[in-house]
Amino acid sequence: MSRLCAACLVSFAIAAPAAAQTLALTGAKVFPVSQPPIENATVVIVGGKITAVGANVPIPAHAERIDVRNCWITPGLIDPVTVLGVVEIGAVPQSNDARAKGDKSVAAAFRVWDALNPASTLWAPTRNEGVTTVGVVPTGGLIAGQAAVVDLVDGTAAQMLRRRPAALAAQLQSGAAADTSSRGEVLLRLRELLQDAKVYSTHRQAYDTARTRTFATTRPNLEALVPVVTGQLPLMLSVDRAADIATALDLAHEFTLKLVLVGAEEGWMLADRIAAAHVPVITGALDNIPGSFATLGARQENAALLRKAGVRVALSTGGESFNVRNLKQHAGNAVAYGLSWDDALQAVTMAPAEILGVSANVGTLQPGRDANVVVWDGDPFEFSTRALRVLVHGREIHQPSRQDLLMERYKSAPPMYIKQP
Amino acid sequence: MKVEWVIVNVLTSAAMLKALGAAALAAMLSVALAAQPPKKSDAAPPPGRGGLSTPNDDPFPSTYTPFPSRPVVIRNANILTAAGPLIRNGTILLRNGKIAQVGPTVEAPADALVIDAAGKYVTPGIIDDHSHLGVYAAPGGDALADGNEATNPSTPQVWAEHSVWPQDPQLPRNLAGGVTTLQILPGSANLIGGRSVVLKVVPARTVQAMKFPNAKYGLKMACGENPKRVYAQRGPSTRMGNVAGYRAAWIQAEKYRRKWDEWNRDKKGDAPDRDLAMETLAEVLRGNILVHNHCYRADEMAQMIDVAHEFGYAIRSFHHGVEAYKIADLLAKEGIAASLWADWGGFKMEAIDGVKANLPIVARAGVRAIVHSDDPSGSQRLTQEAAKARAAGAAIGIIVPDEELIKWNTINPAWALGLDDRIGSLEAGKNADVVLWTGNPFSVYARAEKVWVDGALMFDRLDTAHQWHTDFELGFVPPAAGGVR
Repeated sequence: MSRLCAACLVSFAIAAPAAAQTLALTGAKVFPVSQPPIENATVVIVGGKITAVGANVPIPAHAERIDVRNCWITPGLIDPVTVLGVVEIGAVPQSNDARAKGDKSVAAAFRVWDALNPASTLWAPTRNEGVTTVGVVPTGGLIAGQAAVVDLVDGTAAQMLRRRPAALAAQLQSGAAADTSSRGEVLLRLRELLQDAKVYSTHRQAYDTARTRTFATTRPNLEALVPVVTGQLPLMLSVDRAADIATALDLAHEFTLKLVLVGAEEGWMLADRIAAAHVPVITGALDNIPGSFATLGARQENAALLRKAGVRVALSTGGESFNVRNLKQHAGNAVAYGLSWDDALQAVTMAPAEILGVSANVGTLQPGRDANVVVWDGDPFEFSTRALRVLVHGREIHQPSRQDLLMERYKSAPPMYIKQP
Repeated sequence: MKVEWVIVNVLTSAAMLKALGAAALAAMLSVALAAQPPKKSDAAPPPGRGGLSTPNDDPFPSTYTPFPSRPVVIRNANILTAAGPLIRNGTILLRNGKIAQVGPTVEAPADALVIDAAGKYVTPGIIDDHSHLGVYAAPGGDALADGNEATNPSTPQVWAEHSVWPQDPQLPRNLAGGVTTLQILPGSANLIGGRSVVLKVVPARTVQAMKFPNAKYGLKMACGENPKRVYAQRGPSTRMGNVAGYRAAWIQAEKYRRKWDEWNRDKKGDAPDRDLAMETLAEVLRGNILVHNHCYRADEMAQMIDVAHEFGYAIRSFHHGVEAYKIADLLAKEGIAASLWADWGGFKMEAIDGVKANLPIVARAGVRAIVHSDDPSGSQRLTQEAAKARAAGAAIGIIVPDEELIKWNTINPAWALGLDDRIGSLEAGKNADVVLWTGNPFSVYARAEKVWVDGALMFDRLDTAHQWHTDFELGFVPPAAGGVR
């Protein structure tokens, strides 16, 4: 926490230099993540990209200088597993586009971003708390569909989409959700689909002329599975129980999949195996309840223990779209339960960027990266800290959320619904 | 996952329960009765009181007794008493289950265990006035879903304590989060859901041994979407149907109360018929049971206030109240507490206007602000929730110092439970429910290090011998799981 950062206090009333093409944020404690923190450093941004980061970097003469002395600067935070932009209000079906019926619970061809809503009211509160990139990941079924990476720019869906597909999402632990009766049957179906996709990938012509055997799913689904079985597209498998994680690792080995474990609440029990397989894990930091028979071993030290074994760990709020803004609370709790502070910052910036395949663009503060940058008035994980400035693609976005508008309206009681004479 | 949310998925099983119907229940009951052993004729018992409706009756009395303790002195601590300014480098003495002294200097008795708490914080035990632990126990599933008697929109006859599973593995995790007192409520499927029970978060074989001695019961009521969704087929299926339902129940209850109050006074003629549902409501009308009303929207809270006025009962606290900030003045005028989340909202239509500064806004208006959870995970981190809400307040110019903030976690919920004379602050004579935190409890990095209930050390993060594991956990949960809590 830093009272000294008061110099950079801003309010909604102050016009942000939204259009400035060349910016220099000066005098801050900068956490590039790709290298150790730098005191009294400057971040130079030109045309939406970071061009320089350091204590003694030249500042272009025409740059707009913003004095953020004693503030902290980090890359914009990244939550790799969300339903932002596709679930507005969970219990209102018409505002809900995160899941597909699919072909008997197989929806590999489902592209969740096709329904991405740039007008969602949830972007602003998320961004205002320092999150600038999210994974939008479909839910449900055996194979939920294709995930995308979205930058929280203020623009069209096309402008927001950073990478698509970024991964294929599936699960390996719920027989019922996969239209089956047991874990073994889930695996049976998944293996059949992967095998069929492999065959299909080298027999497309034969398939089109009906000279193949019958495959387990539709042509669009097979087509979507091809990049997974050829090891190009990550497979995000939601799996928590230690035994199921072991099965997932075996499956990944058998099919040479680019596996990402999601959830992995019992991951700490086989952290060494996960590390040896070079499989990254996306998990939360608040889970310690044996809330189901798949998560009996849930504990808050999971992230720390996985990291200690050498696993690449990213943190995710993993649930409701309105509380993706709580990513920093997960990071802070992970630290309270043994993760080093630096690793926690990495787990909400560089690590998810790497897992989602966008680390050449976001997740670190390095020349050439997109300027997704957050200026904080202290330790970003503390509740008392505010994100003072949030830049996405080099533009500061200071958009009041719907919540801000409500609080403004009800500052007085009764509120002024219409102008009074 | 908030339990609030769970009920969406309960719909189908509720419908199945309805299909089972009263006939099946009666059949089960008669089987149970037939299995009773014959009564011994030589020991004719005095007539039980079960036929009579007696105010403040206590048929399931608490058997709780404090765990063994020795005098404890915690010194060099930053003490947030919830009853005054922060005491820096202060000392607190716990003796015979009570807080003996608290202040800048306290003399340590010779037999006291002295704990040096340099750099650490001491607060009262955290109180969660909205929990479903035990009634929606882990590991979940239909077998443990005992929180909603979703067979009738009005079920004041059910008591949450009869659903509580003392071996719920969520309980020790709550204790490790510094929570020493819980109000366990029925769910929100029904307009009138049943009686709550106040529990101490301690290991026990029976729920009676967890019950807070001489605590008042609460009554769970619910507004809005949940009841009208659950009963869409049979009604109420609208908000107007909901309100008609409350009023019909209170009309009946008032008649029942009058009849029994007269009979209890005069003992004339045959006693009226006893009705467990009406008895609970009559106790509310007599002021012996406190109303805890689940209600999201400002307009519905105002209507519930009118219903309360019409029948002459008080609403002790609104729960969830995501729009409480819109009527903070009204809540202050009525003296109704607000049990709220910091940032949970937006998940259904009636929750979309939730704002993060809800708690600080109502607190500024003079309402008793309470951080509640309705969630086994959030309940473990109620000081973090308070800190989040405070930060949102600061962003709009409402400054809440630690000394005030701690009240949202302690003395204010104690008031909502009618227990503010016994718990909720660190003052001489009060129960020694105390938490020693590794740092400022409103920091994301702080954890409860030691927790005392009635002066007895019930949790110690540094000593596995003081870490409670429920029966369920034995064998099922790997020993290190849940952490060195």
